[in-house]
Amino acid sequence: MGGTDDGSDVRSVKMVFVTVGTTCFDALVKAVDTQEVKEELFKKGYTHLLIQMGRGSFIPTKSAGGLGCLAVDYFTFSSSIADNLKSASLVISHAGSGSIFETLRLGKPLIVVVNEDLMDNHQSELAEELAERKHLYCAHPQALYSTIADMNVDALLPYPPGDAKPVAKLINRFLGFPDD
Amino acid sequence: MEDAGCSDFIMLTPKIVTTLIVFAIVSAIVRVYHVIVRSQKPLYNLARQPLSTLIILCSGGHTAEMLNLVSILQKQRFTPRIYIAASTDNMSLQKAHVLESSLVNQKDVEEVLKTSQFMQIYRSREVGQSYLTSVGTTLIAMAHALWIMIKIRPQVILCNGPGTCILLCIIAFLFKIVGIRWSSICYIESIARVRRLSLSGLLLYKLHIADQIFVQWPQLQQKHPRTYYVGCLV
Repeated sequence: MGGTDDGSDVRSVKMVFVTVGTTCFDALVKAVDTQEVKEELFKKGYTHLLIQMGRGSFIPTKSAGGLGCLAVDYFTFSSSIADNLKSASLVISHAGSGSIFETLRLGKPLIVVVNEDLMDNHQSELAEELAERKHLYCAHPQALYSTIADMNVDALLPYPPGDAKPVAKLINRFLGFPDD
Repeated sequence: MEDAGCSDFIMLTPKIVTTLIVFAIVSAIVRVYHVIVRSQKPLYNLARQPLSTLIILCSGGHTAEMLNLVSILQKQRFTPRIYIAASTDNMSLQKAHVLESSLVNQKDVEEVLKTSQFMQIYRSREVGQSYLTSVGTTLIAMAHALWIMIKIRPQVILCNGPGTCILLCIIAFLFKIVGIRWSSICYIESIARVRRLSLSGLLLYKLHIADQIFVQWPQLQQKHPRTYYVGCLV
């Protein structure tokens, strides 16, 4: 509700926020740090790139930005990434359900990158399902560039907030309580 | 004569023992079957008494999903509420505390505080612990879980996995069979499970331990017909 036009100075900054959560996901940080991805993001009108790199060992190259290139910065962890998500114009995230839904609730365009190195990779299920429903884009690290090149953030559908009422109703009924 | 009587007795004993064992096994099977069938049916709660409710919390996303559900349940029906979390997980109980305190502002302060309890349970195995020592810790965890369940004997169990809830649900199921306490076990599968049930969910489903299993995606319900599709919770 009118969240897009608060403050005209914000408009000049278009932030891409990358988050890997508490995991180690160097493949994503590396993919984001490639020249082609950064150029493509710049072409799409983004000006800043902020990377939350978690426990990874790959350090991206910092850049002050300026003519024709993105400003790049990174940090390892923060107690809350809520503010980063709020100020972002595009979020590139690992496939954890927490950061996926936090981003979708804020109505931010989202690219989820699936970590192929994880053994129990049930998380990709959720990202693929939500991608099929056009709430986000889902990519593998090596396909991040083509996903960014082909994406159209306006084509994404807003995620309707979840509702616990149906399950509460069933539980109540099962326990012999009347509906109300 | 004495010899004959004695041998008769010796001949008879194995028969009696076998008969008794067979009888015990058959009645146990019948009882388990009865409990499973009865569990599928709605609770007979004409008086609409409030039910003591055990809420099993895990970590992160699971806790958020569970508290999201608890927040809209009618508190006067689900009373008292006992929250339980692994002893290594402080965040979950803190969040539950925040939820319960937020209820206090709305209504009678004393009343709501009286109706909620917070407990911690030992975990059977920490991440990275060796398998040898985990035998010991598993036994401790089982004894602790049993002790907690004897103390609270909940009438409703709400859980969404993973790990901790399995043990508590199995104990609750045994209580139902033995007749210590009838409880309704509701398992809500996480939103992250789209195509396959989690290990906890699958165990509770296959072993018929959970009375009701709720899933958040339709394709998961189609695969497991005894589950209920309820849409996304978050």
